[in-house]
Order: sequence, then C-alpha cells, then structure tokens
Amino acid sequence: MTELLYIALFILASYSFMVNKGRAASLGKFNTLHSQPYYHGLYSSILTFLPAIILLIFWSSIQNIMTNLSIRDFFVDVSDPGLIKFYIDSVINYSNGVSSKIIEHDGFMPAVEKYSSLTYTSTILKVIVVTGLSIILLRASIKVVTVDFKARDYVESMFTTLMKFSSVIAIFVTIGIVLSLLFETLRFFATVNVFDFLFGLHWSPQTAIRADQVGSSGSFGAIPVFLGTILISIIAMLVAVPIGMYSAIYLSQYASETVRTYAKPIIEILAGIPTVVYGFFAVITVAPFFRDLGDKISPGTLSGESAIIAGSVMGIMIIPFITSLTDDAMNAVPSSLKEGSLAMGATVSETTKQVIIPASFHGIVASFLLAFSRAIGETMIVVMAAGFAANLTLNPFESVTTVTVQIVGLLTGDQEFDSAKTLSAFALAFVLFFLTLILNIIALNMVKKYREQYE
Amino acid sequence: MSEKLKISIKNLNVFYAEKQALFDINLNIMEREVTSLIGPSGCGKSTLLKCLNRMNDLIDICTMDGQVMIDGANINTPDQDPVLLRSKVGMVFQKPNPFPKSIYDNVAYGPRLHGMAQSKDELDSMVIKSLTRAGLYDEVKNRLFEAGTGLSGGQQQRLCIARALAVNPEIILMDEPCSALDPIATAKIEELIEELKRKYTIVIVTHSMQQAARVSDRTAYMHMGELIESGFTKNIFSNPQHQKTQDYITGRIG
Repeated sequence: MTELLYIALFILASYSFMVNKGRAASLGKFNTLHSQPYYHGLYSSILTFLPAIILLIFWSSIQNIMTNLSIRDFFVDVSDPGLIKFYIDSVINYSNGVSSKIIEHDGFMPAVEKYSSLTYTSTILKVIVVTGLSIILLRASIKVVTVDFKARDYVESMFTTLMKFSSVIAIFVTIGIVLSLLFETLRFFATVNVFDFLFGLHWSPQTAIRADQVGSSGSFGAIPVFLGTILISIIAMLVAVPIGMYSAIYLSQYASETVRTYAKPIIEILAGIPTVVYGFFAVITVAPFFRDLGDKISPGTLSGESAIIAGSVMGIMIIPFITSLTDDAMNAVPSSLKEGSLAMGATVSETTKQVIIPASFHGIVASFLLAFSRAIGETMIVVMAAGFAANLTLNPFESVTTVTVQIVGLLTGDQEFDSAKTLSAFALAFVLFFLTLILNIIALNMVKKYREQYE
Repeated sequence: MSEKLKISIKNLNVFYAEKQALFDINLNIMEREVTSLIGPSGCGKSTLLKCLNRMNDLIDICTMDGQVMIDGANINTPDQDPVLLRSKVGMVFQKPNPFPKSIYDNVAYGPRLHGMAQSKDELDSMVIKSLTRAGLYDEVKNRLFEAGTGLSGGQQQRLCIARALAVNPEIILMDEPCSALDPIATAKIEELIEELKRKYTIVIVTHSMQQAARVSDRTAYMHMGELIESGFTKNIFSNPQHQKTQDYITGRIG
C-alpha cells in the first residue's frame, strides 16, 4: 500500500511538471516570461512531491511508535522488558504474515487484532491525507502560473537549501560517529586505567564472563596492537612507495601516449579488487613463497602467518593509490617547466628529480598519506595473513596483529556490550581515529608550507 | 659586428606527422649578432628556433631533413648529444618559467647539472656573475634564497635569462621573450639583449616588428613555413625586396 503511494506521488509530480510547463509555455514567448517554462514545471512538481513525501515518512514512523505503544497495554502483566519487546515483535510479525508463531499469552490474539485494525485505519488515513495534500498543492501551483511568477528564483533557493541540508548531514554524521566512539571509550576507561591502556605492553582481552569461571581479568595494554599496525603499514609503504613512484614517473615522464592510455587503467584495476581477494593471494601464493624461502635458509623459521606477508600484499594493494595520484600530480606540472629544464641540457631523469618532483611534492605527499591511511585501516588481508596473536615485536617474520583485526575479533559473534573486552574495541578505534587525525593534520600543514614556498 | 658564421641552416624541411611545417629553409646566422625571426602567427618561426637546440626531438611526431650546422658541425647526426648541445645553446621561453626553487637555486641549476663548479664559492660567484649579466643582481641580492616564482614577470624573465647564461652558452635562443611582459620590463630585456650580444650569438623570435627593428642586426621574414627574405635589419625594414615582406612590415598581413 505504502509502496503504491510512493508511485502515485511520483506520477502526480511528473504530471504537475508537464501541466505547469505547458501552461507557462502557452502564456507567452520566452522573453515575456520571468521564468522559463521548465522552472514553472519544476516548481510545481517539487511543491506536489516534497511536502507529501515528508508527511508520508513522518506519518509512517509515528504510526509504528503509536501501534507499538497501544499493543504494549496487552502485556502489562509481563515484567521483563526484554520479554515485552519479544512479545511485541511477535505480534507484529504474526500480523504481517512474516511468522505464524503464536505466543502462549492471553493478550496475544487481542493484541494481534488491535494491531491489525490500527494499522489498517492508519494506512487508509495516510493514503487519503498524503494524496490529498499532494493534489491540493498541485492545484494551488497551477493557479500561480503567471507571466511574472518568479518560479526560477524559488526553484534555485529550494536547491540551495537542499545542498546546504546535504552538507549539514555529512558534518553531523561525522560528529555523531566521533561522539558515539567517545562515549563508549569513556565507559571503557571507567573500568580500565587510561595509562595502562595507552602504555601497557600486554594485550590479552579475554575476561571471565561468569564469576565462577576460571579466567584472567584481562589485560589491556594497547602497545603491541598499535605496534603491529605500524609495523605492517610501514612494510606496506616500503613495498608500495618505490614501485608506485617509479611507475608514476615512468608513466608521466617517459611513456608514450599509447602506453599511458593502456597502462594507467590496468594499474587502476588493482584498486578495484576486493581486499578479501588480496587475502587469498596472501594466503595461497605469498605465504608459501616466504615459508619456502625461510625453509631454505633454516627450516621451520617462518610460519604461514607473519607481518611481512600481510605487509607486502597490503603494499601491492596500495600501489595504485600512489601511482595514480602521483602521476596526476606530475602531469599537472606545467610543461613549460619541463621544457625549461630540458633546454638547460638536463636529461629527463634529472628534470624529474630536480624540477617535476619538487613542483608536484604536495600531490605526492597526499598520495602517500592516502595510501598510508588505507594501510592502517585495512583489515581483511591482516586477518587472513598476519594472525591474531598480539606479539610485542618489530620482527617482520613473526606473527603480529593490528588494531582493526582486534576490533573485528572483539566485536564478532554474540557479545555483551558492557564488558571491558567489548568496550576495549571502541577505545582502540578511538585512539586509531585520533592518530590518523593527527597524521592528517601534520601532512596537511606540510603540504601547505610547501605550497606557500613554491607557488 | 664580426662576420663569422655561427649557425648555418641548409635545405631544412620539418614535418609534424604528415603536415609540413618548414619548407627548404636556408639561413646563415652570424656570431655575436642578434638575428630576429619575424612573420605572422603559424609561419614556423618557433619551429625553426627549436631546430637549433633540438627541442623538436621531444615531439614524437616531428621529423626533419636537411642540415643545421653549428660551428661547422651538423647537430643532427647520431653522434651528437642533444644534452651537450643544449648546454651550448641556451633558450628563453615565451612565458617566464622559473623553477619552483629559490632564485639562487634557479641560477645554480645548470652549473650543478653539468658539474661546472668545484666549490661552493665558485658556484656562488657563477650565480652572482650570471645574475649581474642578466641585470637582476641588484634587485635580488638581498633575497637570493626566496622563491624565484615570487618575482615580477619581468624579473622572472631576467631570472630565466640568468639561468640560461649560467652554463656559459655560446648561443641564446629567445622565443618571444617579451610577449608576456609590460613595456617597462620589455625595455629592460631589450637593453639586456644589446648588452649580451657582445658575448653571445642571439636568435630571437618576435611578434613585434618594432622590437625586431630595435634590437636585431639581421632579420629573417618567414611566411607559411617558408623563409621569404633575410638580411640586415635596416635593409629589410627600409627596402624590402619581396612583396610579402613589404606587406607584412607595412601591416597588410599579420
């Protein structure tokens, strides 16, 4: 029913667009109208559609809340709030035909009836009111079509408002994410000391769930986890920066136009491969390679899970970010600078080193930064290739873990949301967020300074 | 004015893919003189200029036949190194193109590249000498380590000239060096050209006939890829032999 209503509103909006556009067009030639017929059509279709759709969404959410409240009355004798919730959900599912499960409770069948009739009435009313509003506004908008009506101005301001609204949403979502992280983190720090978390050297978040269980009280020193993240990211950058830079230099300075048109898209395909596929590649191809290599030197030294495997595969993953952005930055350097250097008797490689790279430095730093933050945030490859063990080590041939992997491990499966174990995931995420934020600010400042100097 | 031949162009044809840009050019350029190339837009002046330091090599589709001789040696034979050639033939471009480096580093670019200075002091003196020759030193001596891109347009162009002078070239090519500058900056560059020709052979492409008349000893007039007429500037402007030259300098073409 509601779906049909959306379609009806859409048809009404299209109809009003055509009618008003036609009416405006019949009023006069283009130079006698204040606004083009197109704007009259757009004005009227927005007026027909927007208020009605807002009302529809509002009504639907209120309807859910109201019906839920009204059937709650049938279960006043139930004391457990979780159970009430379960009963209400069962009533709704039964009424909607999702499930045929009947609850053994006197209030169940009456509740189902009440719910069905309430929903029915509300839906009928909703259809009438929403369509009515839409039609009234449609008729009103047809009346206002005159030569002088400023439809263009109204449409422009509506779109401006829409754009403002969109950017406000983006900002508020960001703030919301930070706040939700912050509150959970504060809850975590109520049980675990901040300094123990930030500077502790031992990470073992398993806690006893019940009092009679044998288990440690958990140990939440985050250093090994962050060290693992940094170790793997640095290995990834060591792989990606030289390969990415050299391929970018080749593409932008040496390659012919034909090579460029084919090679660049192929490199960019790497960026589109799902990271879980890289994980397979790490486990099936790279891990055996490193293990066999290790066995040749001294048998049994290398396991299938180590920082170097995850880091090098991650490095391959981030190559396209560096190549593509660096190539763009280098191509943006004016060709007059390149010509100037070559005319001084510099070779192409000298020109690249002395002129092109300094002039595109901010773009190059930006590409490194993007690649590094991708590496820090990457989870799947590490889960598959580096393991879960939180070893405090800088040895790339040992198994390490990263922040994101720990968060996945802590939050998958059924978890209580008030244990220190679960909450520690939020603390990890918050610190990670904070670190990348600082990294971004430093890099942006660096880029800004460089720009001031050279532009 | 010496009468020594510096550059000799013989039967030069240049093609961009299928399109012929220069037709059978023959031109002699004398040492320590200013030779200007004039002609309407698209006549091939800049193409001809770029043949003198092989900058056309950088364009994949550009091919040529004929000879360009500098000091009697063909610069296009396979054993000639374009990198060495370009350190001997400096170039100044239409739009000032200082590198995104300090004023000092801009001028020191060439000497560092070619390993010309043995010590820091020697490099310093090369930079100062070049800046002085380009008539810029007094204006920038207190801010040698500030960005070259922060200078005014005219100063930037003189910085580019200083940069070209720093590698001790024998020939300086100028591709419309004043077209992006105001009249005062232009006047300074023209004075500088007067000054520089005592030591260097200068070939200048210009759109301004007044400029050609003011600064050059000889002038070559080009039209549609052909060299129509060349000779002493005063003769070209006062007594052109060719109808097309006459039309151009009196403003009927162009």
